[in-house]
Amino acid sequence: MKNIDSAGHVTGRSIYLDDIPVQQGTLYALPYDAPTAHAHITKLDVSKAAAAPGVVRVLTYKDVTGENQIGGIIPDEPLFAEHEIHFWGMPVALIIATSEDAAVQARKLITIELEELPVITDPREARAKGELIIPPRSFKLGDTAKAWSNCAHVFEGRADNNGQEHLYIETQGAYAYPTEHDSIRIASSTQGPTAVQRTIARVLGIPMHRVEVDVTRLGGGFGGKEDQASAWAALVALAAFLLKKPVKLAMHRMDDMRMTGKRHPYSSDYKIGFDKDLKIVAYEATFHQNAGASADLSPAVMERTLFHATNSYAIPNVHVTAYCCRTNLPPNTAFRGFGGPQGMFVIESALAHAAEKLGISTSELQRRNLMAEGSEFSYGQIADHVNAQACWDLAYAKFDLKKLQADVDGFNAKSTTHKKGMAMMPICFGISFTNTPMNHARALVHVYQDGSVGVSTGGVEMGQGLNTKMVQVAAQVFSIDPSRVKIETTNTTRVANTSPSAASATADLNGKALENGCNAILARIKEKASRMLRSSPDAITIVNEQVLNNGQPTELDWKKLVHAAHWDRVNLSESGHYATPEIHFDKSKEKGHPFAYHVYGTAAVLVTVDCVRGTYEIDAVKLVHDFGKRMNDAVDIGQIEGGLVQGLGWMTMEEIVYNDKGKLLSNALSTYKVPDIHSVPKEITIEALPTDGHPLAIRRSKAVGEPPLMYGIGVYFAIQNAIKAFRPDARMVFDAPFTPEKVLMSLYA
Amino acid sequence: MTRFILNDTLVESTATPGTVVLDIVRYHQQLKGTKIGCREGDCGACTVLVGELTAEGVEYKSMTSCLLALANVEGKHIVTVEGLNMEKLSPVQQAMVDESGTQCGFCTPGFVVSLSGCCMTREKVTEDLAVRAIDGNICRCTGYKSIERAATSLAAQLAAKDVQDPIGWSVQNGFLPSYFAGITDRLQAMKTDVTRSNNEQPSTSNGIPLSGGTDLYVQKHDTMHHAPVRSIFNDEALKGIRIEGDQCIIGGAATAADLMNSAELKELLPQLEKHLLLVSSTSIRNMGTLAGNFVNASPIGDLTAMFIALDSTITLTTSDTPGMTRSLANESRSIKLKELYQGYKQLDKSATELLTAVRFTVPSKNTRFHFEKVSKRTYLDIASVNSAIRLDIDGDSIREAHVSAGGVAPVPKYLANTSTFLAGKPISNDTVRAAIEVMNEEVAPISDARGTADYKRLLLRQLFFAHFMELFPERFTLNELVA
Repeated sequence: MKNIDSAGHVTGRSIYLDDIPVQQGTLYALPYDAPTAHAHITKLDVSKAAAAPGVVRVLTYKDVTGENQIGGIIPDEPLFAEHEIHFWGMPVALIIATSEDAAVQARKLITIELEELPVITDPREARAKGELIIPPRSFKLGDTAKAWSNCAHVFEGRADNNGQEHLYIETQGAYAYPTEHDSIRIASSTQGPTAVQRTIARVLGIPMHRVEVDVTRLGGGFGGKEDQASAWAALVALAAFLLKKPVKLAMHRMDDMRMTGKRHPYSSDYKIGFDKDLKIVAYEATFHQNAGASADLSPAVMERTLFHATNSYAIPNVHVTAYCCRTNLPPNTAFRGFGGPQGMFVIESALAHAAEKLGISTSELQRRNLMAEGSEFSYGQIADHVNAQACWDLAYAKFDLKKLQADVDGFNAKSTTHKKGMAMMPICFGISFTNTPMNHARALVHVYQDGSVGVSTGGVEMGQGLNTKMVQVAAQVFSIDPSRVKIETTNTTRVANTSPSAASATADLNGKALENGCNAILARIKEKASRMLRSSPDAITIVNEQVLNNGQPTELDWKKLVHAAHWDRVNLSESGHYATPEIHFDKSKEKGHPFAYHVYGTAAVLVTVDCVRGTYEIDAVKLVHDFGKRMNDAVDIGQIEGGLVQGLGWMTMEEIVYNDKGKLLSNALSTYKVPDIHSVPKEITIEALPTDGHPLAIRRSKAVGEPPLMYGIGVYFAIQNAIKAFRPDARMVFDAPFTPEKVLMSLYA
Repeated sequence: MTRFILNDTLVESTATPGTVVLDIVRYHQQLKGTKIGCREGDCGACTVLVGELTAEGVEYKSMTSCLLALANVEGKHIVTVEGLNMEKLSPVQQAMVDESGTQCGFCTPGFVVSLSGCCMTREKVTEDLAVRAIDGNICRCTGYKSIERAATSLAAQLAAKDVQDPIGWSVQNGFLPSYFAGITDRLQAMKTDVTRSNNEQPSTSNGIPLSGGTDLYVQKHDTMHHAPVRSIFNDEALKGIRIEGDQCIIGGAATAADLMNSAELKELLPQLEKHLLLVSSTSIRNMGTLAGNFVNASPIGDLTAMFIALDSTITLTTSDTPGMTRSLANESRSIKLKELYQGYKQLDKSATELLTAVRFTVPSKNTRFHFEKVSKRTYLDIASVNSAIRLDIDGDSIREAHVSAGGVAPVPKYLANTSTFLAGKPISNDTVRAAIEVMNEEVAPISDARGTADYKRLLLRQLFFAHFMELFPERFTLNELVA
């Protein structure tokens, strides 16, 4: 089944935030943000801006009716700067004007006087100065201190990765309308409608039931609108609340890039030890997470780094520690993978480092250490349904990777200007919010008396195909044509207290809730059918809209039965609820069973480096992925291709540059480059690992949003292998992204 | 007032002529299919097709409406995604659906519009050309493979397209709505409409000269739509590519796409098309002009680097009235392009002078020309370093050389000493290596977002090697050059 939104998309009829028809009298908001990264505000003068043509009002922290605070995990993030600025781009004031242009012109008239304070942009410096957002956390398995003496080989090093701009093509935005009883209705481009609702209630000082959040769809989120949509929503809601007028903000791209946080850069140290058979005996890592100026989701992101620090490898002795370092960058936030990729990059670096010193291929080291059924993760979960080896083996068999490597070697022996490199990237990614209490969802199902079905879930459609999968779930449970099912907007008055659409778990959680809701209605109408047919509910089935009694056709079909049930006063609505079973985690011990299941896969990456110019092309990525029992091929393949390309963008051309004053230099699409159609792999081959899927996955079809991003990490190491083919003594540096600059410097400098 | 046809509707807009078409379409005409992604021509979400009346009929080109001034579309046909919609999905739309080329959908109308341009061109659409049509469209969701498959499918479906009458064929075969068939006549009627007086023209004579706007609207986004503008984008006298004697003369308002499509230039510089593919994207090449690239004075302008190495001469014409091009001779002066640049963004050009033409000596059979560019992303990116070279050779030696480099000085750099050094030298490893020494003395790269100074210096050396390796593959190898 194709994505149900695609016809709307290709005709331009799908509605995004800035496409909502504006109400008469709508005002336009524009944030005025800090022009420095760290300072005391000695004077702020908004009077000229307030008097400018078209300006209705300029708001500052003094106008906040509730709490000037938007921090979700930790209350450490003011909505408006009060007396101190903590990052370049921090909102200081909000201009409200009759047009966007009037607000833009007025913004230039605001003046600010500052007493500059020292700026920290480096997480190691932050740690040294004690600037930690939460105390460090460690996961431990076995005893690494003792294990080093059992190692035949030990290697230590450092790995750094840069951040990543989400670059959702639709920027952040929100549109708030005052409604009766001093309430607010707001359309928001958010992955977390409840987060927006909660934040607005807090900032306005009103209960949550007076805030209605509605989301039709996002023009991309990738984590960037999980927590960070809330600030913009709270700003326009405050303005609408105070002025009693509709207020809208659709951010300009450069404002968005400057004011919002990104994927976390990490600076990490590793130590890895092997026995004489090259089995990993012990692994230690210290992660310095560059959290930016406030907590945002950083503690949770940091946690997932620890969860995925050993990637797909069975290691008996592990000690990994992470520091959540406060710097003067915009608060960094969720981004597809949520800290997992950063953790995996470090252990892959350690393996590449070790392989070079040991004089064997990295893939051989990887293969020898893949997890097996029953392997214990450092956080205590025992791995079940493990598919690490199966994916790896199938990749070697299916893609004849031995021959591919031989072809690479043959090419390299002949070519002097171009070198090829190959690398393997196995992945293992845990599915569930690592914060166990977030793993629940609800779905509201209405079967209308004409047989059509309306579904509301707490999940947000942002391109991941959620709406399509939800249609499939309802249609499959009822066994009706998918065209009978309509997915409604995500709205906090229909489905309340939702977790954000994140953690790859949206389809699982909301889909299971929807299944439960549909099943409850189905049971009631089957009961009605059994009375009509003088049978028992157990004997009734519905197959392709036909009502069967003991497997035999009856005069009833879906429409007739629903109609009859309604007039017999049967409840045709249900709010389904689902809470993931089996999962738990004890933070005081850092042990538990946090994930419903894991997703596995193996990618082989092939690149060609132009050794004259330092540029490169990705020839192919061939991968075997553990989809489970795939419920939607088109959607899931799209997630793999898109996630992979986003991951390899992070590893190659996407380079965030702040200067030492904390100013973002890569502040536009002209200076921050994401993959275009020419820079993606010439070939992407995706093979599904045949399995029965996992019972905790929706329709046994495993979560697919985040895992494929990490295949992109393989590109870094493939480039490195190509460089080594040109210059065997090239220094092994683990510092992503591998920009053409770093490639050329590795080749020659 | 500006008049143009928007999809099937005549629009008479009283908006200021500096307003961009994106705002007209979305907020004046309430057509919300055209999306805002970046407002600087770098994402393609706002792509529209612009149809212009030519002798052969209406010719359509994709352009990013965020940089497209209202003044530039007078008398043209603007097509947004709404103007492509029919009762059923068009084959372009259907291909995107069938191949799952859309996920969040925000970039999708831009892709559909760009791809639909393939139905309108007077050339056979290959897979490569279909992909080229969308080289300015950024998608953050799909990873492009599905879009590539849609483009491939479209190219196959368009195999039978009548290149003599692409619009007629496309209408007949359900690729375009039927109103397209009448656009030529409607544009013709608008052109000859005598009821329009001059003072209704969108441009003002003392306004800011505006050609493609691809840099102006990026640099001065906040002020341009209020500013008085004087559009020279459609001034035929400033366009055209012609050969006179041993000179090739190109109008200042010729776009990068005009250069790419010119039969004359293909003949003179067969590799130019390949080089130009490295310059921005299709939709930007359809707007950005030669003169614009020169006068924005970016130290890494690609066209600038190419034309400096061609030892080009530019014509600067003083005039502040429209139609000034008719009195060129009296008010013009000529200088070498390389002499235009006096310091960072400082030009030997007064505010009232327009760069009206550029000319260079046509290559002989002994001429070799090459361009190299490296950026973080190969396409649609600004160079870290670029370089062009023109060599006139005499057997085994270099008779005359002109080498340029961008990104290594505050100005687009003519490497005068290197060029002088090369003249008269044999074509050899020793010459190239010695030239590098000279070159290193005359460049001074700085560290910035596009790379460190050390990198840029090393990269320039490599690109200089690449010039010789590409021009004389039988004489140079990388190993010997770096030895």
